Amino acid sequence: MKVKMLSRNPDSYVRETKLDLQRVPRNYDPTLHPFEVPREYVRALNATKLERVFAKPFLASLDGHRDGVSCLAKHPKSLATVLSGACDGEVRIWNLTKRKCIHMIQAHEGFVRGICTRFCGTSFFTVGDDKTVKQWKMDGPSFGEEEEPLHTILGKTVYTGIDHHWKEAVFATCGQQVDIWDEQRSSPICSMTWGFDSISSVKFNPIETFLLGSCASDRNIVLYDMRQATPLKKVILDMRTNTICWNPMEAFIFTAANEDYNLYTFDMRALDTPVMVHMDHVSAVLDVDYSPTGKDFVSASFDKSIRIFPVDKSRSREVYHTKRMQHVICVKWTSDSKYIMCGSDEMNIRLWKANASEKLGVLTSREKAATDYNQRLKEKFQHHPHIKRISRHRHLPKSIYSQIQEQRVMKEARRRKELNRIKHSKPGSVQRVSEKKKRVVAVVK
Amino acid sequence: MSSSRAAESLLALNQQEELEDLPREYPLSTSEDEGDSDGERKHQKLLEAISSLDGKNRRKLAERSEASLKVSEFNVSSEGSGEKLVLSDLLEPVKTSSSLAAVKKQLNRVKSKKTVELPLHREEIERIHREVAFNKTSQVLSKWDPVVQKNRQAEQLVFPLSKQQSVFAPIEHVVSGWKARTPLEQEIFNLLHKNKQPVTDPLLTPMEKASLKAMSLEEVKMRRAELQRARALQSYYEARARREKKIKSKKYHKLLKKGKAKQALKEFEKLRKVNPAAALEELEKLEKARMMERMSLKHQNSGKWAKSKAIMAKYDLEARQAMQEQLARNKELMQKIQVASESAEEEGVAEEEGEPFVPDVVNEVQVKASGPNPWMFRNHSSDTKEAEVQGDPEELAEPAAQEAPESEEEGPVVAEEILLKEFEERRSLRQKSGLKQIAKPVGSQETKDPSSQGVLSELRALSQKLNRENHQSRKQELSSKRTVLAVQREEPAGEEEEPLLLQRPERARTLDELEELGKEGCFQNKELPRAAVEGQQWERNPSNHLGVPKEKKRKEQMIDLQNLLTTKSPSMKSLAVPTTEELEDEEERDQRQMIKEAFAGDDVIRDFLKEKREAVEASKPKDVDLTLPGWGEWGGVGLKPSAKKRRRFLIKAPEGPPRKDENLPNVILSEKRNIHAAAHQVRMLPYPFTHHQQFERTIQTPIGSTWNTQRAFQKLTMPKVVTKPGHIIKPIKAEDVGYRSSSRSDLSVVQRNPKRLSIRHKKQLKKNSVD
Repeated sequence: MKVKMLSRNPDSYVRETKLDLQRVPRNYDPTLHPFEVPREYVRALNATKLERVFAKPFLASLDGHRDGVSCLAKHPKSLATVLSGACDGEVRIWNLTKRKCIHMIQAHEGFVRGICTRFCGTSFFTVGDDKTVKQWKMDGPSFGEEEEPLHTILGKTVYTGIDHHWKEAVFATCGQQVDIWDEQRSSPICSMTWGFDSISSVKFNPIETFLLGSCASDRNIVLYDMRQATPLKKVILDMRTNTICWNPMEAFIFTAANEDYNLYTFDMRALDTPVMVHMDHVSAVLDVDYSPTGKDFVSASFDKSIRIFPVDKSRSREVYHTKRMQHVICVKWTSDSKYIMCGSDEMNIRLWKANASEKLGVLTSREKAATDYNQRLKEKFQHHPHIKRISRHRHLPKSIYSQIQEQRVMKEARRRKELNRIKHSKPGSVQRVSEKKKRVVAVVK
Repeated sequence: MSSSRAAESLLALNQQEELEDLPREYPLSTSEDEGDSDGERKHQKLLEAISSLDGKNRRKLAERSEASLKVSEFNVSSEGSGEKLVLSDLLEPVKTSSSLAAVKKQLNRVKSKKTVELPLHREEIERIHREVAFNKTSQVLSKWDPVVQKNRQAEQLVFPLSKQQSVFAPIEHVVSGWKARTPLEQEIFNLLHKNKQPVTDPLLTPMEKASLKAMSLEEVKMRRAELQRARALQSYYEARARREKKIKSKKYHKLLKKGKAKQALKEFEKLRKVNPAAALEELEKLEKARMMERMSLKHQNSGKWAKSKAIMAKYDLEARQAMQEQLARNKELMQKIQVASESAEEEGVAEEEGEPFVPDVVNEVQVKASGPNPWMFRNHSSDTKEAEVQGDPEELAEPAAQEAPESEEEGPVVAEEILLKEFEERRSLRQKSGLKQIAKPVGSQETKDPSSQGVLSELRALSQKLNRENHQSRKQELSSKRTVLAVQREEPAGEEEEPLLLQRPERARTLDELEELGKEGCFQNKELPRAAVEGQQWERNPSNHLGVPKEKKRKEQMIDLQNLLTTKSPSMKSLAVPTTEELEDEEERDQRQMIKEAFAGDDVIRDFLKEKREAVEASKPKDVDLTLPGWGEWGGVGLKPSAKKRRRFLIKAPEGPPRKDENLPNVILSEKRNIHAAAHQVRMLPYPFTHHQQFERTIQTPIGSTWNTQRAFQKLTMPKVVTKPGHIIKPIKAEDVGYRSSSRSDLSVVQRNPKRLSIRHKKQLKKNSVD
């Protein structure tokens, strides 16, 4: 006779080592776990609230500059190193982990207009108001040596920006024209112009490295091809573009920071319509930088705030500001995509978390699983009104808040007027122009 | 030289001929040669020559012409010619020289050519350059499209993208820097040491390694190619097999089977010719298969499937066919196999024997209802009561007496009956074959093959034995009759299809009948389903039932029979087919009737009004009764607070606002909305979703570990972007995604062609220096 009895395989409940987690047998029968939607909804709500509670993005302020910070540069090889140039011609190299300035150079007389590092990370270039391009060693001079640039190029006109090629010993400056320089030569190997106006910034494409983009004060953005030594195309916007930034994951996408408070993401093959118009700032956008993952970018504005935009959204997901932060002139997203640095008028460089509520440091696997779950829950229930309201809630300084209200009224008035115009004119005579197309004045071949 | 001389002589000859022929030809040839001035000149010369031949020799002297009077140094005249003199005529040389012609040609060519266009404006040129360059660059960038698309849609992106190549460290290197720590590991190492297995030192000696690596490149290549080919072949065959397996077409499979059967037959024929012993073995195999079939119930319609089909068979033609197919298969398998030459004759004999029997027996069956009825025998042992009923004289007296015994079967047992009948049929078939065996000796004398004869004789003996047994159990007559019946049942398929063809007109008629019946009342309709139950009662007292219900009952029972039998006598058909249809229609009618009855008392409008009244009542604010029983007076079971008190403590609720559907008689507007719930509900369908169901589904599937297994949970909560802390994320590179990066340096081109732009720059530099 067979006696039925409980039999358990020790493999299913005995741990291999005492460090292993105890196995908890679970019954996934849905009848035992009712109300899954309400329960998850509550979890999502709590996660959202906690996210807001823990959203403390400000990490550190690096002070030491004696004038407004005009430009920032990342070190290509070291995450902890940051370079900054100030309006008094001073360049400082910072160590982010120690939050200290490790090196200081009086590089130029007048503004340091641009700073960029060489792709190998051994030296960096600066341009200043004194019409010079200087190359510096990354490590300071050895004991007893004087601080001197490796090379100095004396130009004829003021250089307003500089960028280094991503792979080769070539850099580009801008000013009256876009010059491409070989590091070994004192004259540009190629210079490209299109019209006569001062070009405020030039950027190399990080993927197709022969491409350059520049923006000039006559409201245009010009693309260049370094290999063919010609400009490619020019797009004229409503207002001046301050700077552009290429997407590091999508070769043909770049974003332009414009004076009209907006940012425009373009596909460089179709410049007549921007892919996305990002609007939230209430004053001119001065700088923009992509996250190295290519999913977000950060923008610095004259309205004393920085905002983080997802590439495919027209509204920002985050706004950072502090009472003491003045007009933000430059901003950079660190190469591990975890932090954001911004340099502002009031001589400070600030370090922010890219995800405001993220817990820094090493996470245990359970913590990681919990955050992942919470993140997914927030995503799942993001359209529910309570959760949406909480997750969108930000405290803003009064100036920005009132500006937003004002601009909302203005926008509404404009919209109403357009609607009225359409309503009261012959059908078909007034065409509605989309918000995207409205801002592009012309594309010049 | 020689050739030219020959030509000259020929010419001379020609002239001679001319001279000779002329007197004759001349008048004729003049008209012909008029256009030819050269010919004319020659002719003139000839005439002169002829005239000089007379001897008078008055050769004309060349005329001397004097200069014209009008010659002047100022102009030239062309008097006489009547033409105007053109300058070009004068310019023309006396003789046309070849060298000048070339010049002329050149002049003409120049004249025909148009003027060279102005070079394009510099800006224009630049614009073209830019456009070309832009197009080229766009093309270069377009190669990134798929990568970008993929990354945008990716479930998860892990940064940095470029994976660090794992370094292959040989096992011994790893092992050397590693010590056994846990007891388990130590134990394993002890074991290894005991068996003298190499642990820390290299597992292979360098020589061994070298020998392992020794395969030359060519060999490796060949080997790889071979393997590739084998893999390709294998995958091809697999794919083919899969494809063939997937084919659902019945026709295809039928053909396939047929083909196989044919092939087998052919082979068998061949084998018979070549190796009779082997053929016999084959035959025996077949015999064995037959035995197996007889033993098994595989094709006997007794399985679950068959039973379900049997139920369906009544209504579904396909099911019926499927069952028949199954039976046919069974028959086929159980068919006795005989040696070909014999069986052909045998069957002929059997048919000859069978055919004369058929009409007699059929007649017999139809005429004599009670006597040797095969159905009776079947049911005899099982149902004695029915047998009694059969014996009833009244039943016998009825005009449709031949069908009476069949009428005993009842509705609910249809399926089993069918199966039983099938069995019966098969048994009878077997017996028939047994009969054939008996009849065989006539033809079997002609068999030639001694071995096969032996087998056959054995078989014959067996069948005779069987027959004898049959004889013992039942009478010879019966068995023979049954076989005849079986033959009748075995009628060809053509006849089976007949009822189908017949059905349509019959059906129409029955529908008409039905309408008439419907007029009569539903009493008969109700009767029908009940008929089976009532059948018993009727049988017990047959005197009290009248013709019509009896007819009905019979018809109904006929249906069963009709389904049971694979063959029908023509007389039965006309009755049986319509009745089935009738039954179905009546069922339908019944259902309709039921629906009508079910909704008989329905007054939808009144219901709605009632509902609305209730809704209005429910929405009205309620009065609050604050009376406390027993307070100030006696309280208890059966005692109520006084009316006065109740009036005193009743708080009347204020009139609510008027209902919105007050003046809408056929609408109920519910003004209730749970605002507490609404605050948490999504009001509009969010963007990526196109249907609210989609959205609801995403919300309803839980992602927590409470409802999902660990693996599923991990998959569901996978973050979209993963970055490693402390790692620098470089921009995407062509090599990362498998593209070939342009090996050419970006700079090389710029440096190679000295640019006009750089020239301009130089100019600018000069200008600057001047300043």
